[in-house]
Amino acid sequence: MVAEIGPSSIETAFILEALGKGVRVDGRGIYDYRGLRIACGPASGMVEVQLGQTRVLARVACEVTRPAAERPTEGTVQFSSELGTLAAFSLDRAVAQEVSIARMIERVIRQSRAVDTEALCIVAGEQVWALRVDLHFIDHAGNLVDAACVAAVAALRHFRRPDVTVDGGRAVIHDPRERNPVPLSIHHTPVCVSFAFMGKAGELVVVDPEAREELVQQAAFTVTMNAHKEVCALNKAGGVALGPEQIRRCTQIAVEKAGEITDAINAALKTAAAEEAAAAQ
Amino acid sequence: MSRQELLSPEGLRVDGRRPNELRRISCRASVLSSADGSSYYEQGNTKVLVAVYGPREPRQRNPALATEQAQINVEFNVAPFSTSERRRRSKGDKRLLEVAAFVRQTFEGAVQRSVYQRSQIDIYIHLLQNDGGTLEACVNAATLALVDAGISMVDYVCACTAGFVEETPVLDLCGVEEAAVETPDLTVAIMPRNGSIALLQMESRLHVSKLDDVMDLAIEGCKHIHTKLDNAVLAAANDLAEKLSH
Repeated sequence: MVAEIGPSSIETAFILEALGKGVRVDGRGIYDYRGLRIACGPASGMVEVQLGQTRVLARVACEVTRPAAERPTEGTVQFSSELGTLAAFSLDRAVAQEVSIARMIERVIRQSRAVDTEALCIVAGEQVWALRVDLHFIDHAGNLVDAACVAAVAALRHFRRPDVTVDGGRAVIHDPRERNPVPLSIHHTPVCVSFAFMGKAGELVVVDPEAREELVQQAAFTVTMNAHKEVCALNKAGGVALGPEQIRRCTQIAVEKAGEITDAINAALKTAAAEEAAAAQ
Repeated sequence: MSRQELLSPEGLRVDGRRPNELRRISCRASVLSSADGSSYYEQGNTKVLVAVYGPREPRQRNPALATEQAQINVEFNVAPFSTSERRRRSKGDKRLLEVAAFVRQTFEGAVQRSVYQRSQIDIYIHLLQNDGGTLEACVNAATLALVDAGISMVDYVCACTAGFVEETPVLDLCGVEEAAVETPDLTVAIMPRNGSIALLQMESRLHVSKLDDVMDLAIEGCKHIHTKLDNAVLAAANDLAEKLSH
C-alpha cells in the first residue's frame, strides 16, 4: 500500500470484514493497545515512547524569563512539535495535522492544569520558569496523539529543574552540580485514548488505530483521562456523526485504558529513578 | 484578580441567567451581497459574520487530493477589536488554525460533498466580538450561511457549549465563565434530526460521572438553537419570496 494514494478497495474491504468478525489486521483484540515502551533519559526530561511501531521523542527544557503582565506569579509551558517526512513521506507539508496534534497536547496539559504553573514562580512579577516541551515524531505508524501525550507527560514528570533559593528579592539559581535539581510539581497525569470508527455509519470501533486503520476510519475520537477518573479533554471533530451512546461507551473503555497506561508510565519512571540512583552510587 | 462568584446562592449566574438558560440569539441570513451565502449570528455578546463562496473552481489544482468530493476550505479571522484589549493575531496563529480545522472537519461530515465534484467551498468566518462560545457561534453561523448558499447538507449542524460550575451543569458559557480557571468547557455540535454528534470538544477536568449530565444539557441547548436557525432560514426565504412576488 502506498500511503499517499491510500488503501485499495480490496484492503479496505478486508479490514472491515475482519473487524466485523472481531479481528484486527495486526491480530489484536478490538480494545487492545499495542505494546507500549517508555524509555526515560539519559538527560532529565528526555523520554522516547514507542507504541507499536509509532515512535515519539519528547524533550523538556527550562529557562528563566519575565512573567506575562496579567499573570505575574505563574510560569509558562510552551509546546512545539516536529512532524515531517522523517515520520512518514505522506506528511510532507502536513501543517494542519501537525498543528492539530500540537494543539491537542497543549490543551490536554495546559487546560487540564497538569503542571502547577504557580510552583514555577521564582520572584513574583520578575522571574519565572518557562518550560518548553519539544515533541519529535520519529515514526508514524498510526495514533500519534496517544504516543505524543504519553511522551510529553512522562517527560514532564521525569524532568528536573535547577534548584532556586530566593533571598529577599534576589534569586540564586544553583548549578545542578552544586545542588540536586528538583522535580516539577505535577498535579495529575493525563493520558489520551484514541478510538477509530469504521464502517459506513461508524458502527465498528477500535482502540489505538494503527496506520492502515487510520486511513480507513470514518471518524476519530480521543478521550483524555487521568487516573482519578476525571475527563481532561474530549476531541471529536469531523467524520461520521456518532451517537451519544457510542461516546458513552468509549468513555467507559477509556477509564480502563487510561489506568493501564498510567501504571505503565509510573513503572517506567520508577525504573528510571532506580537506575539513576544506582548509577549515582 | 479576586475570585468571582460564578453562581450565586439564588442560582443566578454572572449575567443573570439560570443554569439552563441560553443567551439571547439573533441571527440573519443573506447579509452580504457578494457572497453566495452569508449569515450574521449573535449569541449574547459573541458576534460572528460568515461568508460562503461555492461551489466554485478550486484554486489549487492539486492532483493528489481526492476530487470526487468537494473540498471545504475554512478561514477563521478574529478581529483585533473583538476582545476588551486590542490584539492583532497573525494569520498562522495555532489557535485560529485549530478552530478553522474543527469547523472544516465538522462540515466535511455534514455537507453532501459528492454532489459537488471537483469544486471548492470556501467558508470565511469573522469573529467580531468575543464573549465566550466562539466555536459554537462559528458552527451555527456557518450552518446558516451554507443553507443560505444553497449547498446540500445532510442536516443542520447546531452547536452549543455547556460547563460545570459549583456542582451544577450550566448551559452556554459566557466569556467570564469560560475564562474562570476551573470551569470545564464542553462544546458539542449535533445534527438534530437523529441527534448524532458531529463535533465534541472538551477542556479542563470533569469527573466522568458528571460528563453525561453536562453533555445532555448541551444537546438540549443544541435543539433550541436548531429552532432559531430554522426560523432565520424561513425568514430569509419569506423575504426573498416577497421581493420576487412584486
